[in-house]
Amino acid sequence: MRTQFCDAMVKRAGSADMVFLTGDLGFMALEPLQAVLGERFINAGVSEQNMISVAAALARQNFEAWAYSIAPFCYARPFEQIRNDVTFHKLPVKLVGNGGGYGYGVMGPTHHAIEDYGVLLTLPEILVIVPAFDEDVAAAVERAGASSSPTYLRLGRGEKPEGYQPPAYAPWRWLTKGAGMSVIAVGPLAGTYLAAFEALPEAERPNLWAVAELPLERNPLPPELVGQIKDGPGVCVVEEHVKQGGFASSLALHLSMRGVHPRAFRHLHALDHQYDRYGAQPYMREKSGLDVRGMLAAIS
Amino acid sequence: MHFESRVGHIGGNLSALDATLIVFNEYLRPCDTFILSKGHSAGALYVALWSVGRLSDEDLKSFHKDDTLLAGHPPAHGIPDIPFATGSLGHGLSLAAGTALGHQLRGEDSRTYCLTSDAEWQEGSTWEALIFAAHHKLTDLTVLVDHNNLQGLGTTEAVASMSPLWEKLRGFDVDVQVIDGHDASAIRGVLEQQRDRMRVVVLRTTKGHGVSFMQGRMEWHYLPLTPEQFRTALAEIEAG
Repeated sequence: MRTQFCDAMVKRAGSADMVFLTGDLGFMALEPLQAVLGERFINAGVSEQNMISVAAALARQNFEAWAYSIAPFCYARPFEQIRNDVTFHKLPVKLVGNGGGYGYGVMGPTHHAIEDYGVLLTLPEILVIVPAFDEDVAAAVERAGASSSPTYLRLGRGEKPEGYQPPAYAPWRWLTKGAGMSVIAVGPLAGTYLAAFEALPEAERPNLWAVAELPLERNPLPPELVGQIKDGPGVCVVEEHVKQGGFASSLALHLSMRGVHPRAFRHLHALDHQYDRYGAQPYMREKSGLDVRGMLAAIS
Repeated sequence: MHFESRVGHIGGNLSALDATLIVFNEYLRPCDTFILSKGHSAGALYVALWSVGRLSDEDLKSFHKDDTLLAGHPPAHGIPDIPFATGSLGHGLSLAAGTALGHQLRGEDSRTYCLTSDAEWQEGSTWEALIFAAHHKLTDLTVLVDHNNLQGLGTTEAVASMSPLWEKLRGFDVDVQVIDGHDASAIRGVLEQQRDRMRVVVLRTTKGHGVSFMQGRMEWHYLPLTPEQFRTALAEIEAG
């Protein structure tokens, strides 16, 4: 999604009072943005803590401040700067984490971002945006840019089937329809299952939902989905995020507090960081049972 | 304030107080920003704000009590002159650098002052900020270092020595000056000099300055005053 991100940022730079900070990343991707922004494209160097605090100070002066890095370097290393300097002051800094989930799978565990939104959503008023498809990125950038609260944009890799045209970006999208379980996928995983779900007979086919914005308090469940959860065969949440603090936990709490009890509740999630072998994103997903086979087994 | 609230941290407030008062009363314009990176000297900051009419007597009396705006470290909201909640060390210089950068990008005539502690330079993020600020030639940024030479469990030399700190700072493209942090004319002198680079002023100070039984003693990082100590301290300050 980096190319789409850069394109969208170049477009937005023309109208926004933007400053873009990068933690020395973006080679062969962000050069067009640098050309447009000039001195407002700032390579903050390998100093993510400083980068986030600088972004907070710029946002306080009403700059549209963006801070970009490989995902874990942008939320894990500078967590206290996000907490104290950004969220305590409700500053609308836009954090952009590239390679969300296992996007940098084979690069090793330091580069895996599998607890990002769970951690960040513990902080006040953060909006998390997880686009599912490359086509979503332009709208996601506009959403983040216009957000009046701290925002984390998790960029991944769009995975739609060949020839598939996703519906226009929306915080919730209903992608496949059938009489099976309701599957809620956070971000790009939604595209991973599309072809397999479409190939299922209607009676078994899940209702696949892509959720792109968190938390639920800011992106309520669509009524159709609530109806499916109440009356259907069950719900399965799939996310490239560890179990603790993931979307499934917040959904379960949300439903429980409202007296909604699905017939079945399943959760496919990233395993923790303790791997003995590494591979690309599909490999890491398979290890966690997030691949198509794992999904089909979970909903059968 | 500290006596009435029965709280400590007074030693580091007294070391920072002279410079803070001078900056607020003589140099800080409405368009300028002061960031207290050593948030545990919030008392000095509140007193400085009181001295320029930005906080009231009643505000000060509420210090560190329930339902106060004046927490033990600067709050995130409610006092427009305090731009950021500080208290976790190693944040202020980055916030100041970002503030100065913003003014520089817009070509604004605004100055940014940041007061750090000396032990705070043990935080890696403070060096990140210095590298950034020096690289971006933030000429209108002035960093004041309250070099009282005492930290939580000992002298800065004994805990994690960088002595002399100013020699390390001089390795960067910044103007470093070392002065007596309790000498008003020396503070004014350095703040009035023409700037061509970011400035770091190392204020050689004394923890608990002005009170004989506190001066240079580590325990006044923590201890509240007894009534007798309070009376003695007041008498010494009034006599001095």
